[in-house]
Amino acid sequence: MSTLTSVISAGFDVEKLREDFPVLKQKVHGMPLVYLDSAATAQKPTVVVDAIRHFHEVDCANIHRGVHELSQRSTAAYEEARLKAKRFLNSHTTNELIFVRGTTEGINLVSSSWGRKNVKAGDEIVISAMEHHSNIVPWQMLCEEMGATLRVIPMNDRGELILEEYEKLLNPRTRMVAVAHVSNALGTINPVRQIIEMAHKAGALALIDGAQAAPHMKIDVQELDADFYTMSGHKVFGPTGIGFLYGKTALLNAMPPYQGGGDMIRTVTFAKTTYADLPYKFEAGTPNIAGGIGLGASMDYMTAIGIDKIAAYEHELLLYGTEALSQIPGLRLIGTAREKAAVLSFVIEGIHPHDIGTVLDRQGIAVRTGHHCAQPVMDWFHVPATTRASLAFYNTTTEIDALAAGLKKVKEIFS
Amino acid sequence: MVDDLYQETILDHSKRPRNCHPMEDANRKAEGYNPLCGDKLKLFLKVENDIVKDVSFVGSGCAISTASASLMTESLKGKTREQALKMLERFHDLLTTDTPVTKELGKLVVFCGVRDYPARVKCATLAWHTLKSALGDAEIEEPVTTESGE
Repeated sequence: MSTLTSVISAGFDVEKLREDFPVLKQKVHGMPLVYLDSAATAQKPTVVVDAIRHFHEVDCANIHRGVHELSQRSTAAYEEARLKAKRFLNSHTTNELIFVRGTTEGINLVSSSWGRKNVKAGDEIVISAMEHHSNIVPWQMLCEEMGATLRVIPMNDRGELILEEYEKLLNPRTRMVAVAHVSNALGTINPVRQIIEMAHKAGALALIDGAQAAPHMKIDVQELDADFYTMSGHKVFGPTGIGFLYGKTALLNAMPPYQGGGDMIRTVTFAKTTYADLPYKFEAGTPNIAGGIGLGASMDYMTAIGIDKIAAYEHELLLYGTEALSQIPGLRLIGTAREKAAVLSFVIEGIHPHDIGTVLDRQGIAVRTGHHCAQPVMDWFHVPATTRASLAFYNTTTEIDALAAGLKKVKEIFS
Repeated sequence: MVDDLYQETILDHSKRPRNCHPMEDANRKAEGYNPLCGDKLKLFLKVENDIVKDVSFVGSGCAISTASASLMTESLKGKTREQALKMLERFHDLLTTDTPVTKELGKLVVFCGVRDYPARVKCATLAWHTLKSALGDAEIEEPVTTESGE
């Protein structure tokens, strides 16, 4: 593993980048914090914290409202974030980028607005066996309301979707295929370009849940030809409560508004309201302005590091972590897809994940334990829960060594 | 340190849970579920003349919830319904307040370390939540969950 360490340290100055994250410098229960829960929420670099602070200290005003200086500054900063998202996701225009609270709201917006208008009794929606609850429940609710049927693409033992089975699910009744780009519970990177193409051939649309992909790889919605793509700010080192929904212009234009209120209208009389153009038609009410500005800063930050560099470094970390954990007797990795993001989900024979999580926490190591909002995935692998170490570019091989040592301690206690 | 939580008795009962089997002639049953961690528990009681004659459980869960169920079954036998509910109250106080540890709880005091682990209180109380519903008057249709009430 020593050769791997030197490969890792050669091209990527992780210690320098860690300086950007003050939160990582603390001790937890007297031990240096080892934060391995970035798939739940990523830590925020100083530039993001500063951008939010600057907004509150200097530019704070409502957007799209006043003619005064502060309102113009805040409007400009907020809309600048949309422009940054356009570059980050490579959309055609900023008009097809809707600010939402996060991925969950992005999916709900589509299932409610597009779904109620376009899905009829007897139609079918296709999701996959590895979806987060947020990409299951909204579609289930829609199917129940409209009398449609939910179909599920199965996966294999590695946690990879079986595309031959997917092909069989597609038919003229299929209206939408909604799939995660990267699985939060397993780390699997799905071949979404191909999944979208197959959906289109069947005459269906495709929505991609990009919550776990955006922190790890370059997203190009045009190259993917996604109809909808949605992501959360807090997974990409930005604040919580903010994210983006990308949708193709023609689709968004044909959809009714999601919520009514201020900012999404052109004219209002008691007889009739006409709606604003994109993207504002879908943005009722005063938004999370500070969040949007913070998210813009975090996208800039990732771009400045280089998303390809981040992906390459994390891949090395994943290989290192996979090898380190594989040496622990009785440990089974859950999710061993050939294309995988830096997620290490595992179980240890005879020891419950919650006990593992507690013992690790007392050693300063933060992992997620539980079903990861993906209960069907747990059922499929016949485990009640897993322990998940999810990595980001600020993690190090030393931290993975700490995890391995921590798991040894766990085994000592429960042996 | 973490050893305060995982005391020897707790580790022993989690590895070798007592009264861990279904009971065919039980006259009261209830199911408990902790949706946050997926812990599941089925409790069987034989209550005669208001006295808990026998009690057993089956389920899957972490060391804390398994040991808690095991130790609970041991301490319930021979208790009246009222005494059992009182014990539940004391146990809950032990985990969630700074009240001094009393002898009344017997072996159950090994769970006092849970106080310092708020995220684990629900693991320790799952069996007791389930007991409460098993001793209730109403016929329980839905499993009791740690996410409702209290």
